[in-house]
Amino acid sequence: MAELNSKIPQGPLETKWTSYKSQAKLVNPANKRKLDVIVVGTGLAGASAAASLAEMGFKVKAYCYQDSPRRAHSIAAQGGINAAKNYQNDGDSIQRLFYDTIKGGDYRAREANVYRLAEVSNNIIDQCVAQGVPFAREYGGLLDNRSFGGSQVSRTFYARGQTGQQLLLGAYSALSRQIHKGNVEMYTRHEMLDVVIVDGRARGVIVRDLVSGKIERHSAHAVVLATGGYGNVFFLSTNAMGSNVTAIWKAYKKGAYFGNPCFTQIHPTCIPVHGEHQSKLTLMSESLRNDGRIWVPKKLEDAALIREGKKSPLDIKEEDRDYYLERRYPAFGNLVPRDVASRAAKERCDAGFGVGETGRAVYLDFADAINRLGHNVIEARYGNLFQMYEKIVDENPYKVPMMIYPAVHYTMGGLWVDYELMTTVPGLFAAGEANFSDHGANRLGASALMQGLADGYFVLPYTIQNYLADQISVPRISPDLPEFIEAEKQVVDKINRLMNIKGKTTVDTFHRRLGHIMWEQVGMARNEQGLRNAIEEIKVVREEFWKDVKIPGDAFSINMELEKAGRVADFLELGELMAKDALMREESCGGHFREEHQTPDGEALRNDEVFKYVAAWGYKGENTEPDLIKEGLNYEFIEVKQRNYK
Amino acid sequence: MDLTLKIWRQPNASSKGKFVTYKIKDISPGSSFLEMMDELNESLVTKGDEPVAFDHDCREGICGTCSMFINGRPHGPDTGVTTCQLHMRKFKDGDTIVIEPWRARAFPVLKDLIVDRTAFDKIVQAGGYVSVNTGGVPDGNAIPIPKVDAELAMDAAACISCGACVAACKNASAMLFVGAFVSKFALLPQGRIEAHERVQKMVAEMDRQGFGNCTNTGACEAECPKLITLENIARLNREFLAAKLGARKGENVRGGGGI
Repeated sequence: MAELNSKIPQGPLETKWTSYKSQAKLVNPANKRKLDVIVVGTGLAGASAAASLAEMGFKVKAYCYQDSPRRAHSIAAQGGINAAKNYQNDGDSIQRLFYDTIKGGDYRAREANVYRLAEVSNNIIDQCVAQGVPFAREYGGLLDNRSFGGSQVSRTFYARGQTGQQLLLGAYSALSRQIHKGNVEMYTRHEMLDVVIVDGRARGVIVRDLVSGKIERHSAHAVVLATGGYGNVFFLSTNAMGSNVTAIWKAYKKGAYFGNPCFTQIHPTCIPVHGEHQSKLTLMSESLRNDGRIWVPKKLEDAALIREGKKSPLDIKEEDRDYYLERRYPAFGNLVPRDVASRAAKERCDAGFGVGETGRAVYLDFADAINRLGHNVIEARYGNLFQMYEKIVDENPYKVPMMIYPAVHYTMGGLWVDYELMTTVPGLFAAGEANFSDHGANRLGASALMQGLADGYFVLPYTIQNYLADQISVPRISPDLPEFIEAEKQVVDKINRLMNIKGKTTVDTFHRRLGHIMWEQVGMARNEQGLRNAIEEIKVVREEFWKDVKIPGDAFSINMELEKAGRVADFLELGELMAKDALMREESCGGHFREEHQTPDGEALRNDEVFKYVAAWGYKGENTEPDLIKEGLNYEFIEVKQRNYK
Repeated sequence: MDLTLKIWRQPNASSKGKFVTYKIKDISPGSSFLEMMDELNESLVTKGDEPVAFDHDCREGICGTCSMFINGRPHGPDTGVTTCQLHMRKFKDGDTIVIEPWRARAFPVLKDLIVDRTAFDKIVQAGGYVSVNTGGVPDGNAIPIPKVDAELAMDAAACISCGACVAACKNASAMLFVGAFVSKFALLPQGRIEAHERVQKMVAEMDRQGFGNCTNTGACEAECPKLITLENIARLNREFLAAKLGARKGENVRGGGGI
């Protein structure tokens, strides 16, 4: 394949999606019943897609590795979901949400996709309200909004600090209704281990029943991967322990191109790392930056005394505090986008101003907001977050400023998809965080929930139908075709290979080593030498893994070490591709910061002449360099500028 | 901290289980309970033993996956937290900690500390939704909702479906879970429309799944990591009664769902 066809409809930006919908092919109700769709993953994108497709009449099979579809990691999103409703009368519009998203993504996302996202954002709110999602309300009974990083309007809808949970429960309820009606077959505690291609089209998946260990073949006319992001390649991240790259990585190895793998979001407000046995990082919603002020001591000696426990932040006088975001970015202050806030925190800590035991923390202080608004208002807004913080850190954030530090949170990269969310493999779709599409090089806060639900409720139901309209004469696919048997055999072989290594080192040890390489050299700031080292070091870890990993038990029952080993094996390959992508991209943009490419005052410096494209990588075999195809980004409707939040 | 752990080990659903004792040393008080379990497992795997199987995922108290019965209490000695949010500073050096799976007929043990909670999903599938399809719904602000109702609905909707209420209950009743689910819809105008049918279907499914009845001891409320209150069980009872008394099918008498 030499070119990627993104299939963007012709015409003005505002009418592209409308004209697509009016021209897309439809499938009549009698034929819908004869068409099967597999949806892997039941987070916001997967559950909403499975429910919507089943409501339309397609026969859906849905899979999740959790014990219930309601536990997918979308549930942990705290802050909110954006929509261009302009309920606050503060000048918001679809155009502005579109513009903020493109700009926030540092001009590395497709205009047409992002415009569509902004366009359907309003439908999402309506849909969720109709489902009974208990969004926050004003006293008059109407919906409340809050503001979020990267925008100057209040367009974020929320349900306390549990917005992701409430939206997922909405989608889960819709999915449950379709399960009850028999339109969705739900497979819980099942993990997808390969995609099956028949005559060039995705026709099914191989899954492992995580309870019995049984390997199963499942077929369909189309396959949707809504399997989330791959932040756990860094070992420590805010992702759930089970979040993994396996589904999309298998798709990549079966021919689906992988878009911008190196675009990783480091979230600025997480609870700092405490020790070597730490298993995951906990995020504190970015919404806290609405009322919290971020600072470090102005004097190096104060920072040192705090680190030694000889001074408390409350001892630091106002004039000795450096509110560095307000100082550097007077226009956006504490509400700069995530990548900017994260790098600024790292910069201060690298310069010796960090606090906490490790010096890898900055303060997020609510004293001013509590004085201004009162304890009760702050409690109503953030009560559960404050409680969570106190449980973990054992300090009361109403009295002592919170300590925060950036952590890996989201991956903008993912399977390359066209305007229809189809990968380069016909019949294989990717939705939500699993695709690369809408966030460019950096995602704005409260936009992940928006994209997941946009894809699942309002985009895929149209685009998948356009594909399936050509499949109505294809009878139900048999899972006994030779392609299925062969794919199953490969999965079984790989499991046997893992079980038979019988080495000495635990899976987590390898995962930690990989995570360390990734965080140090493919993390918040990257440079050529570090990336080259990372590629070599990952290879070494990978070789050792396949010689020395230790997995007790057998493959015919619940075996969590085996599950982890399969995921880590894929992370060990993905990590290398991420480093290669980061090495190739000789510019800084959004969350991708190359130390060689920065402005004199340390801001990201893009190179639009050369790198205004999506990098799509194709798998060419185990010891062969992957193929790189560039999808040029044409900005017809907005002017590309250097981002400026000052 | 040095600790003695007595952990329920059971190879699979059909075999008998037993307690096995483990000693573990040098646990940091800042570790979470599950990080302590990770350390134990890391040492078991290193020795070539099978690690203790337990459910966990988000490790921030929201997915509802973790489910340990610790020293006789679901999610352990702290209040308002899940096991993953429980920290070792709540224990003392030298303590013996007894760790069991949820015990309830409707939650069969799959392995060690892992139980099957599909019964909860079945109850939701029976009626835990507003029957609207994607698309064709009114504008979000076309349905104004009193703030107090929205807040009460959100209090109920905070349930994470972990099953601690069932584990805590001597009758293994799921009334708090079902009460929370019924309440979050009953309190909102979108949910009122099907309120009577919903409550009857969910209660019938709850019985079918083998959960016991409520005898108002309040253990569920005391152990709920999301602090869901007994008020939701009271509301469930009122809704159920009103639905049964509502006589004609489809007639929608408000079951005292508000405050």
